[in-house]
Amino acid sequence: MSLDLLVSHYNYWVVIFLMMVGFYILISRGNLIKKIVGLNVFQTSVFMLYISMGKVSGGTPPILLPGEEGVLYSNPLPHVLILTAIVVGIATTSVGLALAVRIKEAYGTIEEDEINAIDARTEAAE
Amino acid sequence: MREEVIVRVGAKVLAPFIITFALYVHFHGDYSPGGGFQAGVILAAAFALLALVYGLDAVQKVLPPRFVRACAALGVIIYAGIGVVTMVLGHNYLGYDALAEGHAGQHYGILGVELGVLVTVFGVMVTVFYLFAGRGRRTQ
Amino acid sequence: MLLTLLAAAGLALLRGRNLFAVVMLAGIYSLLSAGLFTVMDAVDVAFTEAAVGAGISTVLFLGALALCGHHENKPGHTPLLPLFVVLVTGGLLVWGTMDMPGFGDPANPVHHHVADHYIEESYHEIEIPNVVTSVLASYRGYDTMGETTVVFAAAVGVMILLAGRLGRKPRPDGKGDGT
Repeated sequence: MSLDLLVSHYNYWVVIFLMMVGFYILISRGNLIKKIVGLNVFQTSVFMLYISMGKVSGGTPPILLPGEEGVLYSNPLPHVLILTAIVVGIATTSVGLALAVRIKEAYGTIEEDEINAIDARTEAAE
Repeated sequence: MREEVIVRVGAKVLAPFIITFALYVHFHGDYSPGGGFQAGVILAAAFALLALVYGLDAVQKVLPPRFVRACAALGVIIYAGIGVVTMVLGHNYLGYDALAEGHAGQHYGILGVELGVLVTVFGVMVTVFYLFAGRGRRTQ
Repeated sequence: MLLTLLAAAGLALLRGRNLFAVVMLAGIYSLLSAGLFTVMDAVDVAFTEAAVGAGISTVLFLGALALCGHHENKPGHTPLLPLFVVLVTGGLLVWGTMDMPGFGDPANPVHHHVADHYIEESYHEIEIPNVVTSVLASYRGYDTMGETTVVFAAAVGVMILLAGRLGRKPRPDGKGDGT
C-alpha cells in the first residue's frame, strides 16, 4: 500500500519539493535576480504538476492518428494551458528583469537589504 | 566574439536553417507539435544568435527596432482582426467556419490566428532582447 | 529519474552564489524539464519549454546580469524562519496530495470533463490531427487572444522601463533619486 502510494504520488512530491525550493529562494535570498530565478523554478514546478495530471499511463501524445481505433491519448487540455503559460511566463520574467535593471540604475545595487538601508537613510534625511 | 571564425561562420550557416525551421514549425503545427508560440520564439532566437555574434548594430540594420515594435502590435491586430472578419461574415467572433466552406475555414482561421501569435511573440521577444542588449551598450 | 535530476538541479540553484553559474544552471534545469515533458507526452509543451527556457530566457538573464553584476551577497539573516515557513507549507501540500488520484490513471476525473470531447470529436469538427493546436486556436481562441495581448502588454511594460532616456546616475552618497 505505501509503496503504491509512493509510486503513484512520487511526481506530485517532487513537484512540491521543487516548488518549495523556489519558494525558499524567493523568501530567503536578497538578490533580486536570484529571486526571479526562484520564481521561475516555482513556476516550472506548477507546469510540471499540470502536465503530470494530463498524463495517462500507456497513452500517446495527443496528435490524432486518423483511421486507427482504440488509441489512448494523453489529455491535451493541460498542455494547451501550460503552452500559453510558458510564453506569458517569459514575458513577465522579462518585465521583472527590466525592473531589476532600473533598480540597479537608481540605487546602484540589487541586494534587498542594501536597498532597504538606502531607503531608511533617505527617509531619515527628509 | 568578433574574431572567432568558427563562431561567425557557424552562426551564418545556422541562421537560415533556424529561420526555415521556425516557419516549418509554424505551418506544420496542425500535423505535428508546434505552432505560433514556438515558431515565434525560435525565430527570435535566430536573430538573437546573430546579434550575439555579429553585434547589435548589424542585426538592427536588417531588423530595425521600429519594425519589430510594429510587429508586436501587428500580431495582436491580426488575431483580433480575424475575429472581426468572421463577425462581419455573420458568424461568432473567431468562428472560423465563416472563412470558407466546410473544414477549410477552420484551417485558414487557425493558421491566421497562429500567424498573429507568431508575429507578436517574435516582435516581443526581439524587442525585449534589443532593449536589454542596447541598454548594456549605452551604460558602458 | 529525470525528476530526481531536476531536484538536484533545483538544490544547486539554491546553493550557487555566482549568478552567472545560477543562470546557466537554470538553463539546464529548463532543458531537463523539457525532457520530462516529452516523457509525459506533452511534446508541444516540451518544445516551447526548450525554446523559451533554455534559449531566450537564458539570453535575457545574461543581458540583465551584464547590467547588474553577477555576484550575490551572503544572505544577512538566519535562514531559520524561511525554512520553517517552507517546511510547513510543503508539509501541508504533501498532506493535500494524499487525496489526489494516482499518477497516470485513465479514470482520473481530470480526463473526463471536456478532454473526451476534444479527443473524440475534434477531428470531425476541425480536421486537424494535433489536438493541442485545435484546442489552442479554435476551442479556446479567446484565451489565446488574451495570452497574446498579455505578452504584448509585457513588451510595452519593458519598453516603458528600459526604452526611455538613460535614467539619472546612481548617487554615490546613497540617496535615491526620489522619483
